[in-house]
Parts: sequence; structure tokens; C-alpha cells
Amino acid sequence: MTPHDFDYLRKLLRERSGLVLSAEKQYLAESRLVPVARRHSIATLGDLVGKLRSGENSSLATDVVEAMATNETFFFRDKVPFEHFTQTVMPALIAARAREKHIRIWCTAASTGQEPYSLAMAIRGMNAALAGFRIEIVATDISAEVLARAKAGIYSQFEVQRGLPIQLLVRFFSQVGETWQIAPEIRDMVQFRSLNLLKDFSPLGTFDMVFCRNVLIYFDQETKIDVLNRIARQMPEQSFLALGAAETVVGLTDAFKPMTDRRGLYIPNAAKRVTPPSNILKFALKA
Amino acid sequence: MKTCLVVDDSSVIRKVARRILEGLDFKIEEAEDGEQALTACKRQLPEAILLDWNMPKMDGFEFLRMLRRMPGGDGPKVVFCTTENDVAHIARALHAGANEYIMKPFDKEIVEAKFQEVGLI
Repeated sequence: MTPHDFDYLRKLLRERSGLVLSAEKQYLAESRLVPVARRHSIATLGDLVGKLRSGENSSLATDVVEAMATNETFFFRDKVPFEHFTQTVMPALIAARAREKHIRIWCTAASTGQEPYSLAMAIRGMNAALAGFRIEIVATDISAEVLARAKAGIYSQFEVQRGLPIQLLVRFFSQVGETWQIAPEIRDMVQFRSLNLLKDFSPLGTFDMVFCRNVLIYFDQETKIDVLNRIARQMPEQSFLALGAAETVVGLTDAFKPMTDRRGLYIPNAAKRVTPPSNILKFALKA
Repeated sequence: MKTCLVVDDSSVIRKVARRILEGLDFKIEEAEDGEQALTACKRQLPEAILLDWNMPKMDGFEFLRMLRRMPGGDGPKVVFCTTENDVAHIARALHAGANEYIMKPFDKEIVEAKFQEVGLI
């Protein structure tokens, strides 16, 4: 791949998915795109970029974006955000939504499903406190391929041993040959949808808790700000945002403020709410 | 520094486990079977035990049952590490007092995740 080809690829990734690939990551692009070229019967990566430029094969661009997206994930990743979820977020939401008895949670980059399923298992463990509540977990990802895996809920022995307590494995999984499949009662708690965060996500509705962990790190500053501000518009008062350990809203937007003593957890900044949730705005415009 | 007793009849597995756990700042003791492990525990109880299931003389399950009956034997965190990778064995191990369960083959990430899970790291 020539430097010129690589520049074109970086531009395409940024425009289509917001992914920022730094100049020194050419090796990464080459290692991930060789299998894509092979799948499309394309001889070289130069030819692959040529076909992308010609626009003659739209599925090729989708496959390139999917191959370059990082799908690293595991059950209860980083542990602390899930402790925040059960010990801080859910008790607060149970009190705040006592009348509606409806809580909506969004995993913005669900990858192969470990994060939303971890939340579903955590919620199952809170059954008594949630009596009468309707809990929705919406899990989105840009990659159709990983979403298909997530929906199937089938994991290798290696995957179920990274972060998943053994008691939960026994309780919520069944063994299928060498693999482990998550129980229907957990799978049915999660709705998986294909979504590009660069596009309008207001039709998803509003959310009381948004997990947007280890997503923003792949975006440039401008995209981070845009995505955070649009997420803020989907969140009512008394709601929560979780970001990854290497991410923050500080210096990007004042739509959220960090929670004291709860690293990685943010709440909408009531003083800075100037725009109503976009679905409410749409409704108002229609009326 | 916490001590971990690695109990496995395979010297290769013990060596791999030692390398991983020393990298996680554990002091390592080794035993080749349940009997040796029990002798080691009577001498001094470790904070952690990485335990194989199938071993000569005394297997890991029997060792665990005897350990948990010893004075102070409920102290060590026991993480099974075995090729017995089915729900029935896992359930038996948990019922007998195991804290976590590693299904072989394993790597550093899995050991680290399981030791974190039981608060050893």
C-alpha cells in the first residue's frame, strides 16, 4: 500500500465511521485488510484501495470499516463501571423512575455483546429491587458482523473466562460443545441494532444510562464533541453516562459533569441544558 | 508479598503457572498432588491455591474438602485449574468451597482475571 493509498483509506474511515487512524498505523491497516482483500478476491491492498476509490463495490467499504473497528471487549470489563451501575446508578434510577417504572439503557458500541449481557446479568441479580420495573437494554454497533455474534450469544471458553465470575457462568450459560451460550432469559433482555454513531441516533429515543466506553478514543476531537453533545440530547435529567478509563468530557463539552468519587461516571449538566431531547423537539415541531 | 501454592502433577503446568503468578507478584510454592499440598498447608497456609483436579495419590477435589475442614482452612482462596471443563464439575467444585475455576488451557489474562475476581490482586 502506497502512502497515497493509506491517506485515502484514513480519509474514508474518518468520513464513514469517525475512526481516526494515525499515520503510524499503516501496519495495522495492512494486517487487518489482507483478509478483507482475500474475501473479495482482490490480489493486493493497492487494488483494494483502487476499488474503494472507484466506488464500484459498496460492500467492500463496509467490510473495510468493520475490519478496522476495534472489537476488543470482555464480560464485566474494568469491573468498576459495573459496580457503579449496581451500587450508584440503578438505586438512583429506581428512586427517580418510581412513577414510570421504566428504565432504558444504551450500550453505544456493544461489539460482540459482552457489555450489554454483563448489564443484563447484573440486573437479574437485582430482581427484588426492580420488581414491577420494565428495563430495556439497547445495544448498538457499527459492525453487522459483530452484532450477529452478539445476538447468537455464543462465546469461546477463552471469552467466558475473561471477567465473568464462575458463578454467573454456571447460572446463565449452557455448554454447547466447546462453546458456551448465554441463556435466553438474558439474551431476550437485550435489543441489538446496527448503528453508526456519526449518523442521527435520535430515533432510538431517550436513555437513563448510556455506556459509551472505549469508543471516543478512536474519534478526533470534533467528532468526540459532536457525539457527546448528541448523546446529551437523548438523556433526561437524572441520568448517567459511563465513559472508558482513558476518556473524559472535560475540555470537550459542558453538557455533562463528572460525578465526584465515581471515576468514569458523568451526569447531564442541568445548568447547560439548552436543547430539549431531539425526539421531544421533533414531537413539538410536528405538533 | 502473597503466597500461592500451585498444585499440579504436570511440571510444565507448574512452571507456566509459576511464571505467570510471579509476574503478578506472588511468592510460589509447588506441590505435585493433593497429599503434598495438604502437608504444605499444614506447615503454612497460603493466601491462594491454584489447584488441578486430576492428580495421583489425592486429587484436587479431595484436597479441597480436607483443606476446608482444617483450622483456618477457609482462609485460602482456591482457584481450580483443570481440564474438567463441564458444568457438573464446576458446580461440584463451587459446592466444595472453590472460589473460582479456570478451564485449561489458560493464559496470563485468564489467571489475572480470576485472581482479580476473588480479590487476590
